[in-house]
Amino acid sequence: MELYEYSAHKLSKMLSEKKCSSEEITKSVLDRAAATDEKVGAYLTVCEENALKKAREVDEKRGRETLHPLAGIPIGIKDNISTKGLLTTCASKMLYNYVPPFDAFVMKKVNAADMVVTGKLNMDEFAMGSSTENSYFKKTHNPHNLDCVPGGSSGGSAAAVAAGSAVISLGSDTGGSIRMPASYCGVVGLKPTYGSVSRYGLVAFASSLDQIGPFGRSVTDTAMLYSVICGHDNMDATSADREYPDFTALLNSDVKGLKIGIPEEYYGEGVDNSVKETVMNAVKELEKRGAEIVNILLPSTKYALNAYYIISSAEASSNLARFDGVKYGYRTENFTDLTDMYEKTRSEGFGDEVKRRIMLGTFVLSSGFFDAYYKKAKLVALDIVKEFNSAFGKCDVIATPATPATAFRLGENIGDPTKMYAADICTVTVNIAGLPAISVPCGKVNDMPVGLQFIGRKFSEQILLNSAFAVENIFGESKPINV
Amino acid sequence: MEYETIVGLEVHAELNTKTKIYCNCKNAFGLEVNTQICPICTGMPGTLPTLNEKVVEYAVKMGHATNCSINNVCKQDRKNYFYPDLPKAYQISQSDIPLCEHGYVDIMLNGEEKRIGITRIHIEEDAGKMLHNDAFQGSLVDFNRCGVPLIEIVSEPDMRSSAEAKAYLDTLKSILQYIDISDCKMEQGSIRCDVNVSVRPKGSTEFGKRVEMKNVNSFSGAMRAIDYEANRQIEALERGEEINQETRRWDDQKGVNVLLRTKEDAQDYRYFPEPDLTTIYVPLEKVEELKNDIPELPNAKIKRYVKVLGLSQIDAELIAENLPRCRLFDECVKICGYFGKDSVSPKNLSNWVLGDVSKYMNETGKDIADTPLDANLLCKIVELIETKVISNTSGKVIFEEIMNGNTDIDKIIEDKGLRQISDDSAIEKIVNDVLAANQKSVDDYRGGKTNALGFLVGQCMKASKGQANPAKCKELVLKYLNG
Repeated sequence: MELYEYSAHKLSKMLSEKKCSSEEITKSVLDRAAATDEKVGAYLTVCEENALKKAREVDEKRGRETLHPLAGIPIGIKDNISTKGLLTTCASKMLYNYVPPFDAFVMKKVNAADMVVTGKLNMDEFAMGSSTENSYFKKTHNPHNLDCVPGGSSGGSAAAVAAGSAVISLGSDTGGSIRMPASYCGVVGLKPTYGSVSRYGLVAFASSLDQIGPFGRSVTDTAMLYSVICGHDNMDATSADREYPDFTALLNSDVKGLKIGIPEEYYGEGVDNSVKETVMNAVKELEKRGAEIVNILLPSTKYALNAYYIISSAEASSNLARFDGVKYGYRTENFTDLTDMYEKTRSEGFGDEVKRRIMLGTFVLSSGFFDAYYKKAKLVALDIVKEFNSAFGKCDVIATPATPATAFRLGENIGDPTKMYAADICTVTVNIAGLPAISVPCGKVNDMPVGLQFIGRKFSEQILLNSAFAVENIFGESKPINV
Repeated sequence: MEYETIVGLEVHAELNTKTKIYCNCKNAFGLEVNTQICPICTGMPGTLPTLNEKVVEYAVKMGHATNCSINNVCKQDRKNYFYPDLPKAYQISQSDIPLCEHGYVDIMLNGEEKRIGITRIHIEEDAGKMLHNDAFQGSLVDFNRCGVPLIEIVSEPDMRSSAEAKAYLDTLKSILQYIDISDCKMEQGSIRCDVNVSVRPKGSTEFGKRVEMKNVNSFSGAMRAIDYEANRQIEALERGEEINQETRRWDDQKGVNVLLRTKEDAQDYRYFPEPDLTTIYVPLEKVEELKNDIPELPNAKIKRYVKVLGLSQIDAELIAENLPRCRLFDECVKICGYFGKDSVSPKNLSNWVLGDVSKYMNETGKDIADTPLDANLLCKIVELIETKVISNTSGKVIFEEIMNGNTDIDKIIEDKGLRQISDDSAIEKIVNDVLAANQKSVDDYRGGKTNALGFLVGQCMKASKGQANPAKCKELVLKYLNG
């Protein structure tokens, strides 16, 4: 067995027992990336030299200092997370040459834990999309079937972990951008509670919905990485000031007495029957192990997609206005005056999907339309929060499919934005309500992975991880896919 | 036809907090370009604002000082527009819920008091500055000013002339200085204003179409701009033209304004709640505490000086308009008691403060705080004069000595022999000697040349080396001449 095939928690143990070195692990992962990435296309930037240098440093430290359990473990980073001195393009022509002068909060944590950054991972441009087809640079392919998309927007982060070209990775989730690719690629992905991971240094898409989160091939790996990145940050006003437990130490697969809510709205029309069955089978397995199934209602779910696309696009239109060609990034070559420079830079620098959302967001915020769209969407958001609150009076977690279907084929939805948006139906409510949710593999349909999503109360990540851990005990940890 | 001018003002005042509003950069003027900046105030991707609480406190103080109600729960909003000096392409401001609203200030004009309504006061961030350099084709941007905290004070259209507008601006300025929240340095742009002007036939109760003028950089410029615009509108109306609601740019050097944009071209700022910041909440106890921090304000001071201390209106206004001056005066009054010691009246003190003290400050450009003078020393000088221990002339000598760093008044009197002779027998001897030596002048006086009296008293003062009490001398000389 090659080193890249092991999970992070196994590698951590092997490192502490001196059965291998970080340099060997890193080399194995980089070799795996070199061998697979032509087909998978997960990486935008590979930092071979820096990664090996860091790995050697950690190897030297080992024995002399107490190291973090994830010290020396390779990690891949979504390309919208600011990495000091390392290209951070957001998969956009607009930032094709942008090197941040500072590290994101999560990168400070990752570096402090002595993890080894192997590179930056592909994504939909500015995290807008559900297939990673909106990257300016390349398309990422699903390791389970290279003709299929890995999901998005964190497609590179999920595909790299699935292919073994990363052991663990960081992504971001604004409307399902971690959970959907995790589901499509058959890995574990956690979207943490809004405010539990600092957004400082995450290039903003929709500030009130964005959250950074971990990917792993196992629940334990995901818990370990989440423990690294969560925590209060006074540079982020929306960061929650609270203490977090050691999620890994508290992992427990016992589901006796766990009340699992099943909302009928997530099992209705538009959700593939075989996906429903696969998810329900997993839930029933948990029931056999002592969990209790409770039927709940989340009726506002039917408005969630509309509300989500209004709120996220409104915020995006403002957040992305700073990409104007003045200070950094792409600037058009020929222009006549300031307005011309703005128009050409933004027309040439942004892709179609980004422009579509900027236009939509600009429209819903314009005077005369604000009340009809943005304000109404915010009211829907309040209803969604209320319904979740009352549902959590009856259950501990809510179980749903993470996606309405398994991974679709590349190009299948590209011409139909609304069909593409519909793929987010199971995930957007969680962001609107600021809740945590996890996608864990629970079987396959036609050889393609299906993800079970657990949604929890705010800051109930431990319960989600434990529920996912129970599922993982039934279906097994994921292994790198042969491509 | 007779017309009435209607004026409303939007005043922007830079707050003198130590750091900027959303980052820890120094809030300072006049430093080398682009040295007081960081990734946050220059809007680098991924950065987030965190609110400087002092800004809220300062604005609440201004709200109290202008009799506003305080919205202790409010929010911040984004005002979206493109310009190179605005690196995020939005300004964080407040739209529908300002921190303070519904207040007023009373202004004094030609001895008449008038109340001007304050619509609202809100907090926001300043933008950078465009620079134009001959050596460089194109424009440069200095971001030092980005994120400097501002309050915008919006008045009701309650002013009826440029003189009232000027009085209003002077009043605001002195309030800002009294509560010490702004440096109020016009030449550094720390107070700027936009002027709204309309005209209507006298007697009409409906407002005319309003024209907004930008780029008004001084209070006197505001007067010129208002007078110019009112005349322009009146002339247009007289020609039978209509006034358009529009924005014009004031050119103070040429003394004219030019059309900037019409109502149709008005920008849509697409305000929406700033998702990167949480709700502003000021506990009610804090609101009250800040109210108690407000010192006696200029209007109240002037009234007290006139009614309680018996100063003239003009002296009261002169003292109150200069904060260091009125601090010195107030301290002196406090030391001497509100109704003065036996011989030191507020009037005596005011004469000194407005006389020698002001003269010294004006001539040297020094602040009182930078000199050895304090209230105790000044009170002592005045008391010594009024109790006839020293002459007025000697008082001036002592004042100068103090300003030169010699603050031991008793020693100055001894060293310079400034103690006044008030002892009757001693003075009588001097008078007798002088009269005996100046028989011609005595004869002149008795012959009707009464100005000989001054000469004789002068000779007595000279003979006493200036130490004789001049009133006493005069009394004795007259007694002899008329006797």
